[in-house]
Amino acid sequence: MTSVLRLARPYLSQLIGAGLLAAGTEAAGVALMATATWLLMTAAGQPPISALTVAIVSVRALAIGRGVLRYTERLTGHDAVLRILTEVRARVFATLAARRSPSVETRSGDALSRVVSDVDAVQDLLLRVLVPGAAAAAVGVLAVGGAALISPAAATALAVGLLVAGIGLPAAATALTRRTAERVAPLRGMLANDAVDLTHGAADLAAYGATGAALDAARRRAGELAGLERRLATAGWAVDAAGVLVSGATAGAVAAIALRAGVDGVLVGVLAVGTLAAVETCLALVAAARQLTELRAPLARVSALLEAPSPSPATSTVDIASITVRYRPGGPPALDGVRVDLPPGRRLGVVGPSGAGKSTLLATLAEWGGSPREVGGLLAEAYVFHASVRENLLLGRPDATDDDLTAACAAAGLLDWVREQPDGWDTVVGEDGAQLSGGQRQRLALARAVLLDPAVLLLDEPTEGLDPAAADQVLAGVLGAARGLAGSGPRSAATRPDGAGLPGLSASEASATSTARGAVVLVTHRLRGLEGMDEVMVLDAGRVVARGTHAELVEAPGWYRDQWLAQEAAERGYLITRP
Amino acid sequence: MNRRPFDPRLLRRVPATRRQFAALGLLGVAAAFVVIAQATTLAALLAGAAGGRLDRAALAGFVAAVAARAGVVWGQGVVAARAAATVKAALRGELLGAVGRRGPEWVAGQRAGEIATLAGRGLDALDAYFTGYLPQLVLGVTVPVAVLARMVLADWSSALIVAVTLPLIPVFGALLGWHTEAATKRQWRRLSMLGGHFLDMVSGLPTLRAFGRERAQVGAVRRMADEHRLATMRTLRIAFLSGMVLELVATLSVALVAVPIGLRLLEGGVSLQTALLVLLLAPEAYLPLRAAGARFHASMEGLTALDAALSLSTVEAPERADALPGAVREIRLESVTVEYDRTVALRDVSLTIRAGERVAIIGPSGAGKSTLLGLLLGFVQPTAGRVLVDGVDLATLDLDAWRARLAWVPQRAHLFAASLADNIRLGAPTASDDAVRAAVKAAALDDVVEALPDGLDTPLGERGHGLSSGQRQRVALARAFVRDAPILLLDEPTARLDGGSEAAVLDATRRLVAGRTALMVAHRPALLAEADRVIRVTDGHVVSLEAAAA
Repeated sequence: MTSVLRLARPYLSQLIGAGLLAAGTEAAGVALMATATWLLMTAAGQPPISALTVAIVSVRALAIGRGVLRYTERLTGHDAVLRILTEVRARVFATLAARRSPSVETRSGDALSRVVSDVDAVQDLLLRVLVPGAAAAAVGVLAVGGAALISPAAATALAVGLLVAGIGLPAAATALTRRTAERVAPLRGMLANDAVDLTHGAADLAAYGATGAALDAARRRAGELAGLERRLATAGWAVDAAGVLVSGATAGAVAAIALRAGVDGVLVGVLAVGTLAAVETCLALVAAARQLTELRAPLARVSALLEAPSPSPATSTVDIASITVRYRPGGPPALDGVRVDLPPGRRLGVVGPSGAGKSTLLATLAEWGGSPREVGGLLAEAYVFHASVRENLLLGRPDATDDDLTAACAAAGLLDWVREQPDGWDTVVGEDGAQLSGGQRQRLALARAVLLDPAVLLLDEPTEGLDPAAADQVLAGVLGAARGLAGSGPRSAATRPDGAGLPGLSASEASATSTARGAVVLVTHRLRGLEGMDEVMVLDAGRVVARGTHAELVEAPGWYRDQWLAQEAAERGYLITRP
Repeated sequence: MNRRPFDPRLLRRVPATRRQFAALGLLGVAAAFVVIAQATTLAALLAGAAGGRLDRAALAGFVAAVAARAGVVWGQGVVAARAAATVKAALRGELLGAVGRRGPEWVAGQRAGEIATLAGRGLDALDAYFTGYLPQLVLGVTVPVAVLARMVLADWSSALIVAVTLPLIPVFGALLGWHTEAATKRQWRRLSMLGGHFLDMVSGLPTLRAFGRERAQVGAVRRMADEHRLATMRTLRIAFLSGMVLELVATLSVALVAVPIGLRLLEGGVSLQTALLVLLLAPEAYLPLRAAGARFHASMEGLTALDAALSLSTVEAPERADALPGAVREIRLESVTVEYDRTVALRDVSLTIRAGERVAIIGPSGAGKSTLLGLLLGFVQPTAGRVLVDGVDLATLDLDAWRARLAWVPQRAHLFAASLADNIRLGAPTASDDAVRAAVKAAALDDVVEALPDGLDTPLGERGHGLSSGQRQRVALARAFVRDAPILLLDEPTARLDGGSEAAVLDATRRLVAGRTALMVAHRPALLAEADRVIRVTDGHVVSLEAAAA
């Protein structure tokens, strides 16, 4: 919770202001009823009217003041809290963004519920716990002080009542609801996951006839949640009822004690009516305590997220002459002594069985390059955002012109589709590109990588999901675009921020050149298209098991030749079937 | 959208709440009597005290009235909360059930996120409505009526003041609430937008990182949150204004009642006990309406969610009762055309697939290959033409029974928040562990299972976090193996696979399709060797090619 409150610090004066205004509002309410009672009971003694003037003016002033104070307090408080919320949302996202890889626990449904619901807990903490809590405490102290001026004995009874209402009952509410409340948040998270599974996985469920079972599970979970909420209510509202009882009993006791102590009848009435109003104010703490109990779990999660140290990244020996990557210290290397030579314009193909470390190699190169504009492109699990085609494309190069977009889409074979759309570049593609076909989605991701125009273009399975003819065409287009852009970009002498040089250098010839335009690293399982590569590297279990040109590798016995022959045979079979 | 404080559809759609609403009404009447009793006894007690006398009977009566009031408060709270829980659970079930009834095509895209939000946090907003607003609304009817009646008996001129000012509360409330509602609707949209935006950003985090944009998006999230704040503050300035007016009407009325009656006390025109009764009763008349007004804003979010949930879940699935007697002998498409909003996916396609036939579908991406599979799955309805299964129109078939004969390997399978084993069991929940293990082996998934921390028991994340797309593809294949269905629909099963695993999966697919009817979308040539014949889909048209292997 402290990390949340730390974020609130810049807005502290606004919060304190809201607290004072809230206290003023409540105090005005108590004073209004007390003064009105004094007015009537004094008037009953039929004094001269001048004795009542002050009271009459006070009653009217308090009546107006309360409304105005309330309005100011609520606006001040909400504005401060919403500013803090903005801070928390941005910080939570920044924390998630700083994480290397999303773990299983931070599923998007959970993350969504975290920011929309857990972060709202911060709002409730400030507006419904801290501000009313402070106001109730202030009114309580004022009321006891005022009562003590009239009758110390009655003030003691009032203090006891206020303590029960402001501390005893809130504590009871906390104890009663804590255990149940702690179980609500995870259930809600699970229910959110159920909802995501039933919506995003609707097709899979329907095809496999599993919609009913999944729905039953979600309904069961919703029922379980409802049961919890009912139990929470039975206990919680019993405390509210006790609050009503306490306020009445305190008022009765204060009146009886004051009378016995010989206090003037008028003041007894003021004390009794004032007590009812004061205890009522302190009962707000019961609601605040209940809030706090329910907020505990989400606040803890928000705090954990804000305070979480970023998990230690995979250890990689960043030496382009020999890349070694381990995901766990002492674990088996994902990449073991892989040497990469990338002079400008060099096209490097990387192949190998799945799990050989191809994607790891690309990720390591990307990280080593420092910036996506130096080393970047199409990496594994490319995501298409729920935004326009233009916004998706501009991700890598926000300053690109429409001509740049056209060139990139032409290279990826997406241009015709874009031109067919009524909204053109502004066509919205749906969540994760759901409004696109698989091929269009792939082309969009590819066009985005082309537009990025990095010094070293990384391509992880660029033709995945495309048929062979389209794959050949798209690959040729993208490689052509990379070559065409080589040397023509404005950033021909790019360097890493730390001045360590570019990966476009063979480590042994680091001084040979200062530019690396047009270098391409292509990871693929389809060997066709690799004929044009300057070098092809075969990875297996993190090691380079063979390297050379396509022609050399096809000649030598091994994984590459086996794959090539198998794929060619299949492809020829395919060609025969063409009419 | 309705502006009514109570949506009558609730009674019809969630009948279980009727008794709870009736109980709330009765408790509201009881509360009104208790309020009168409390004020009457307290006035008597204080009138006695003014004479320096402790009226024990009045004190006992006051304590009893307070105790009764406590009971009423407890009852109202519990009943209202129970109603909220009942309604939320029922609507969650209905809403998610409606997704199933409407089919996957309807929920695709942005709507999925919106419904997921609505079923979760959206409906939780109903708590504020049920426990905060609704009981006060009931009291807002019963208590003022009772208080006015009692005041007319005690002092009609004070009653007149209350009677004149009381309607100002609903009038002002309605006027300002009308503005508030429009603003709240905007806020709800923005809230959904923010939720969708955030989910999108989190899902795309690896891609944002790959493009070095994750820090820039922190700014976008902040901007969205700040826009949200500005929108909310605009709403609140109006909403709180209504709160202020309501509070002013109530407190000023107390002053308006107290001052004249005080002056009449001076003249001896009224007894102290009556004056005190009027003073104590006056605020009680305004309290419930004020409380309801103050909670109107908070409950609007719940009412908007309620409206959305009731509207979205109304759809009735068409009756599909036809069953197929035995094994399917033939699937026939008769001049089928499928049109989407913007495009025509299939044009006048006729096609016959006989039992045991393995048909490969080739064609450029976006040509309509997946739509063809969607038709057979019943996800997509023909705009014109018919799909016939042994002569029976698919549109009249019991879809579940029909789909029980199908196994489907989509291009991007969804991974459910469950263990890997349960994900594989999707289409056959009762499959034995041995069957799952066999499917794992058959789908060349065994190395993946070994690498996972808890093997088959490893929980999988939403949208397949934790598994690569190639691994996810093999999970989808394993599902098909466990399903053991006579008809297979494969949407490029070897996409995203490496040469090595592709060979293994092809082997497995070969075994899988043996003796079954199979429709295989094939981008890769390797699969074509398995086909008895090949059809080509281009621009929505289907052309049959000659036999592949021959």
